[in-house]
Amino acid sequence: MSLIFKGQNLELSSGQELGAFEIVYTTYGTLNQNKSNALLICHALSGDADAVIWWETQVGPGKAIDTNQYFVICSNTIGSCYGSTGPASINPKTDTPYNLSFPVITITDMVNAQKKLIDSLDISSLASVIGGSMGGMQALEWAVLYPENIRTCVAIATSAELAPQALAFNAVGREAIISDPNFQQGNYAEETVPKHGLSIARMIGHITYRSDESMSEKFGRRLLKKEDYGYDFSTDFEIESYLKYQGDKFVNRFDANSYLYLAKAMSYFDLSKKYGSLEEAFKNTQANFLILSISSDWLYPARESKRIVKALMKQNKPVTYCEIEASHGHDSFLMENDQLSKLIQSFLENTHEK
Amino acid sequence: MYNTYILNAIPNGARVLDLGCGDGDLLDQLRKEKNCQGYGIDIQYDHILACTKRGISTFHGNIDEGLSDFSDHAFDYVILSQTLQQVTRPLYVIEEMLRVGHKAIITFPNFGYWEIRIQLLLTGQAPKTKTLPYEWYDTPNIRVVSIRDFRHLCEQNNIKILSDNQSNLFSKKGLFVVKSGKKD
Repeated sequence: MSLIFKGQNLELSSGQELGAFEIVYTTYGTLNQNKSNALLICHALSGDADAVIWWETQVGPGKAIDTNQYFVICSNTIGSCYGSTGPASINPKTDTPYNLSFPVITITDMVNAQKKLIDSLDISSLASVIGGSMGGMQALEWAVLYPENIRTCVAIATSAELAPQALAFNAVGREAIISDPNFQQGNYAEETVPKHGLSIARMIGHITYRSDESMSEKFGRRLLKKEDYGYDFSTDFEIESYLKYQGDKFVNRFDANSYLYLAKAMSYFDLSKKYGSLEEAFKNTQANFLILSISSDWLYPARESKRIVKALMKQNKPVTYCEIEASHGHDSFLMENDQLSKLIQSFLENTHEK
Repeated sequence: MYNTYILNAIPNGARVLDLGCGDGDLLDQLRKEKNCQGYGIDIQYDHILACTKRGISTFHGNIDEGLSDFSDHAFDYVILSQTLQQVTRPLYVIEEMLRVGHKAIITFPNFGYWEIRIQLLLTGQAPKTKTLPYEWYDTPNIRVVSIRDFRHLCEQNNIKILSDNQSNLFSKKGLFVVKSGKKD
């Protein structure tokens, strides 16, 4: 069921404030009497509040994140384009869309907004906050910002700060959008969106979310409906056409400005920034952590997860780390994977106080 | 039963790291009986899963690659139970144990056990016993180490033996508590 939370006065990392804002969220399952079975799922860059759809491999009745057992909440992050307040929303002060006048937001801001939503549901302790990629960043931020309000934290295929290589890819994606002539400083009309730029950003993103192995397996160097090279600059290879398809598909479902804001939020993410070091950041956490990396993920490689684990261990915090065997790269966390499901399920089961 | 010796060797409330922790039996006992805190390390996913089911925190990693994810003297005790004979770089692993922990507890099947000596003498073939049941060409135990060998390694590398559980040729397994002989 899709619901709307109306919040007020969200202080942002930039020093600005979001006066009134909305969060679209979905809940599954039933909240028990003592409200101890609530669990929050945080989505990645292009996700929305419908966790049972984008994460159907893990979320649902009888699945690893069992909606028969938990009251599962998934909210669309601020800045996104799936219902929550973002750059496409109307600025109440001007009655026009914010576009680039929307304040730049951070992962911290997303989490602070979610906290207001959770407070409004009168839930004081979340059984878990779970997410992959940008969702994992939010889960970690929850553990640090609100140690008393979460009992476990499951962070998958993520890092405590965006590594330089990932930063670089993010920058190229943003650059592609900004340099599209249709971009118009973010004030593009609905019929002339910077689809070229957004599509390129998605194509680059898509490459980084997959692995060499998965592309070789799926496409190899196969030609697209051709016997031989075209000896021109049209599409020769299947992988090229597939990427184009991914880019075009994305343009129809995502807003270019939102992409800029969310990509920027990820680039700014650095859990240690306020604390001086990662160990210091984790000093007051109370959650039990499950940190998972994906063996073929080169965008958020295992060493990024291990940095988190090492810092937690230095602080004597309960933490389990596992490298999940999967060949499809970063996006493997969204796909069917027995190792991933079993570990999440066992971890939740064991840590859940009924 | 060898867990009992390890349990006896570890004081209450110690911080422990168990290398090759398997499904977490020892850590579970240490937690329940000795109020110990700590982590297990194991290379097998199934073991990580088994530990998770019991609520034991584990780190998925290869101890042969060292313990670089752990800082100096982060633990009171680092345990290597019945795994020494399976590591590629035993000395490196022991040195890493002594860097990460104040003390190390190492147990291993004794290839110098009297029965094994007699078997080798009489049959001329690599011996097989209950604790070492494998054919020489299909065994996880790539290191053939006896109790005397272990003492020799400690002597050669400035490792101080604090307790040896009276390990000798009549012991099926060796159990040593060691610490670095280097001044801190």
